[in-house]
Formats: sequence, C-alpha cells, structure tokens
Amino acid sequence: MAYDYAPFPYTAPPGLTAPEQRHPVVIVGAGPIGLAMAIDLAQHGVASVVLDDNNVVSVGSRAICWAKRTLEIFDRLGVGTRMLDKGVTWKVGRLFHGDKPVYSFDLLPEEGHKYPAFINLQQYYVEQYLVERAQELPDLIDLRFLNKVTGHADKGDHVVIDIETPDGPYQLEADYYIAAEGAASPTRKRMDLPFEGQTFEEHFLIVDVEMEKSPFETDSPERWFWFAPPFHHGQSALLHKQPDNIYRIDLQLGPETDPKAEATEEKVIPRIKAIVGDTPFRLDWMSVYKFRCAKLENFVHNHVLFVGDSAHVVSPFGARGGNGGIQDVDNLGWKLAAVLSGDAPAALLDSYNTERTHGSAENILNSSRATNFMTPKSPIEALFRNEVLNLAATHPFARKLINSGRLSQPCSLQGMQLQSGNHPLVGQSLIDAPLDGGWLVEQAQGAFTLLTFGEQTAPKVDGIRALHVATPGPDLARRYGSGCYLIRPDGHICAHFDRPEPEAIAAALARAKGQTQ
Amino acid sequence: MILEDNLGPEGDSIYTALMQAHEGLTEAQSHALNARLVLMLINEVGDADRIKAVLQEARTPTPGA
Ligand SMILES: Cc1cc2nc3c(=O)[nH]c(=O)nc-3n(C[C@H](O)[C@H](O)[C@H](O)COP(=O)(O)OP(=O)(O)OC[C@H]3O[C@@H](n4cnc5c(N)ncnc54)[C@H](O)[C@@H]3O)c2cc1C
Repeated sequence: MAYDYAPFPYTAPPGLTAPEQRHPVVIVGAGPIGLAMAIDLAQHGVASVVLDDNNVVSVGSRAICWAKRTLEIFDRLGVGTRMLDKGVTWKVGRLFHGDKPVYSFDLLPEEGHKYPAFINLQQYYVEQYLVERAQELPDLIDLRFLNKVTGHADKGDHVVIDIETPDGPYQLEADYYIAAEGAASPTRKRMDLPFEGQTFEEHFLIVDVEMEKSPFETDSPERWFWFAPPFHHGQSALLHKQPDNIYRIDLQLGPETDPKAEATEEKVIPRIKAIVGDTPFRLDWMSVYKFRCAKLENFVHNHVLFVGDSAHVVSPFGARGGNGGIQDVDNLGWKLAAVLSGDAPAALLDSYNTERTHGSAENILNSSRATNFMTPKSPIEALFRNEVLNLAATHPFARKLINSGRLSQPCSLQGMQLQSGNHPLVGQSLIDAPLDGGWLVEQAQGAFTLLTFGEQTAPKVDGIRALHVATPGPDLARRYGSGCYLIRPDGHICAHFDRPEPEAIAAALARAKGQTQ
Repeated sequence: MILEDNLGPEGDSIYTALMQAHEGLTEAQSHALNARLVLMLINEVGDADRIKAVLQEARTPTPGA
C-alpha cells in the first residue's frame, strides 16, 4: 500500500503577534537530522523550536539503509525498537557479474547485540516516527511546519532569524542556531561558505516499486547487486527490499543521460520488467540524480552550527548520508546542552567540529572509493575492475576488493582531545552486549557512565552515573576485558582505567567536558 | 623495497615463464592477464606500505623511457 503523506498541522506561531522570548536553540529543517537533534536536546533538558518550510515527511523513500550505530542512537532517542520492528532486516547478499553469480554472503549477525548490522526503512517512516516522538515532548520541542527561514544574523551571543509563514513574516531570537536544512542549505549560501569536493558525472535512476510477489528465489529478503547486468547494458544495478512490499531498484545510467527523459514511465517500466519479469508491480516513486561528495571546512561558526546534509554530502554508496548526520546529532546534543547549562565552556563545541569533520571526511573517503569502483573513468580502470570481478568467483581475496559501498561505521575518536589514554577501545563507540534483563546500549548512553565489573566498586564522582555489572556475561567479558571504562553521553568510550580511582576518573571527565586540555 | 636482484639463478626461467603465460593470447587477453597478475601479486605481498612504494617506483620514469 502506498504511504499516506498526511500533512502535519500548521498553527500560527506566537511570534506573529508579539515578540517571543529568546529561545535556547532554534533548529532549521525537520528532516531526519533536525528532528533527531530536537529530541536529543530535549532528552538533555534543552528546549528548541524546529522550523520547516514544508509540512510533510520526505517525499520518496530516499535514505533506506540505517546502520546499527544509528539504531543504537535511535534507541537512546526512544525510537529504536519501533524502527527495528517496522524495518526489513536482510541476511543474504548476492553479487552478479553479467548473468553469472559471483558469490553470495550471509550477513550472519554476531550474537549478543540488540540491533542488527542494519535495516531497510524508508526515510518517510523514519521521519514520521521521529515527529511522533518529538510530539511526546511538547514542553521541550516546538515543531513549526510551514515556517520558512529566509534570513539570519549572528549577533555575537545570539542569532536573529527571519521567518515566513502563511500568515506573514516574524522574527525569533536564539542562543544557538542549528542549520539542518539539507544539501541545498540556504544558511550556508547566505554565509557564502565554500562547500568543496568531488562531483560525479554518472546519473543514477532510483525507482521504488510495489510487488506482492518477491523477486528473490526465497521468502527471506535479500540484496542483489549486479555489475554489467544482462538487462541493463554495461552498468550496475541494485535491488533490495523495504517494508510494505516496496522494492528499491537503483540503476546506473552513465554520464550522457537526459535525466528528464529517463524519469518517465515509458523508459522506466521496460527496465523494471527486464529485472522482475512478469511479476505484476506498481510504480511508487522514481528519481534520477547525480551526486557529489563535499563538506564544509568548519561545522561551527560562532553561534551557528551545521549538522547533517547542510554540513556534508556523500554519494549514496555505503549509506553514509543519513547515518553520518545522526552521528552529528549524537555528538552535538550533549555538548550543546552542557554549554547552555554552564557545565562546560563554549570551547567544547570546537570538539564537535573536530570530531565530526573527521567523521565526515572518513565518510567522504569511503563513499568516493565506492563510487570510483562503480564508475570506472578509463579503459584501464574498467579492465582492473573486470578482472577483480572475474577473480572473485574463485579467489576470495578479490571479493574484498569489490566495492559497491562500505556500510556506514561509527568513526574512531582515538587520540582526539576529549579522550584520555590510548587503550584500544578509547575513542571507539561502545560495543553492545547483553546485560541481565537488557542491553548495554540501553543503560550506558545518554549520560557520562562509569562501567565497572565484578569485584570493582565504583567511586562516587559528581556528574557520573555508575553502571556496575556484578557478573559479566561472556559477550561483555570478551568485548571489554579487564579494568573499567568511562563512556560519554554519545556512547563513545573516552577513558579506560585499570582500577576505578576517583581522581583519575574526575580528571578524565573534566577533559571530556573540555574543562581541561 | 627490493631493487637488487631477488631471483638468483631462477631469473631467466621466471622471465621465460612470464612470456609463456602470454603465449597465444590476443593483446586484450594479455592485458587482462596482466591485470589479474598485478592483483594477485599485490595480495601475495599484502603490505600496504611496500605496495605503495613499489607503485610509486614503477610510476617514476626510467631514463630510457
Ligand atoms: C536517492 C537517495 C538515497 C539515499 N539513501 C540513503 C541511505 O540509504 N542511507 C542514508 O543514510 N542516507 C541516504 N541518503 C541521504 C539522506 O537522504 C540524507 O543524508 C538525509 O536526508 C539528510 O537529512 P537532513 O535532515 O540533513 O536533510 P533533509 O532530509 O534534506 O531535510 C532538510 C529539511 O529542511 C527543510 N528546509 C530547507 N530549507 C529550509 C528553510 N529555508 N527553512 C525551513 N526549512 C527548510 C526541508 O524542507 C527539509 O525538510 C540518500 C539520499 C538520496 C537523495
């Protein structure tokens, strides 16, 4: 069944009739990133106003692959299990070269994690669930649809924002202004900030079709990827399943394509038939696009902060756009809350810039490599790729070189300023494990947490929540070994101690909050 | 990176084997074989630093080229 794009209600904002009090945070854009940002801040006790020029969720499925780390962050935001229950978890991936299967792999999840490697779920569901979660926090989140931001001015210690509504214009003031307005970011343009990177010339056609009958040979959902598919000369193709019997088909069209001519039913229907044969289907959505990899040099400009696609864009291979943006939110939420409450100096926000420009550079590197593999630029690149594919059927090493996207992974913050010491887990995001009656990700995120085991006793340190596991299960014991850990509110491990000594713990905490260098 | 001889008395026989591997192939088949060979040898070496050093060395034009 087609998704019901019910519009969100618009109500005339109070600022139209009388000036509003200055808000701690105004978020521009109610895409997945802006919405997650508002929920994250609310859970840290910070109120925000979210402005969006539109009043429906994402039209078309857009981001469909949500990675394990994102689901763990969604868990903290109160929507993880809802996403998991609705999403499609696939296990078998098959890769074809021409009409020959090259190999298949079983994405057998390692036991002992609450969430799988990733799920497929249309962006419109993700946004709907985030909106509904935000609506559960009405005292802290003020969602304003059909509120278009047309200008802003940074006044040094606050920002003044110009907004247009169906009832006319008004202004708001905010301590902090978060730009979450997507790839075309008007804020970025207004500030004339360079957004540099690599543009790719290939066009891609993306189509969602609804089919009762699975095109796969088994009942369980799979992911099929073709290099040089027989039905689509010389290019690549991808087929995978979303909820509601919607299938995503991605077709590489090459550089010399007229996008308008390609995104028509006459052109698209024969292509789909070539893939799914006689299976009846309904076209749900289609779009032809080109993409680029680019980022801002700096995500923090005084009281204007950039998150999500307005800060960085990547090619879709590896699903790093939406997933990368959710990690921005995870990183920024607790820091901004600590700065606003006076618990941390404003300089803590610089670490958001350092850590997330690093993460986004890593995402760009990975997705550019995948794009280059998928779109060979010269006969010699095409030759090497072909031989990698030829070798892969019989030589396992070559399978690892085939790159149709490396799935989004959380980046390591090892060696960066807020972390203490160089234990191998320091800087990593926490690895989940079962606890008695729950999961580590449910109990170790959202606040600074000291994780201790067995005989250890956690000292009382101000601002730290203790999580003591008296008898660690085998997964926890294997993943964490000995000693104890300090975990940041965003689930990154920031220190390891052989013994829980209060002074060392307090020092690591001060460092993680940017109070000491 | 090894720039001195590492093949010893087997040099001639290895070179001959390389030529023989290409015997009877069209130019396109030979190029494909070379590509596979590079990929397989890279995997044999398996050390990113050594491979990158060799790649760079191979790109540096030799006086006769
Ligand atoms: C075809 C395609 C496939 C993709 N697949 C994946 C995937 O599988 N996995 C993945 O992780 N990512 C994927 N992405 C990327 C993902 O869709 C984006 O990274 C994600 O939507 C970014 O979220 P955002 O909230 O930053 O921006 P957007 O989702 O673009 O949201 C921005 C919001 O801001 C609003 N806005 C804009 N200007 C103003 C203004 N002046 N005033 C008020 N509001 C404004 C817009 O209306 C919009 O609601 C894909 C993208 C595309 C196009």
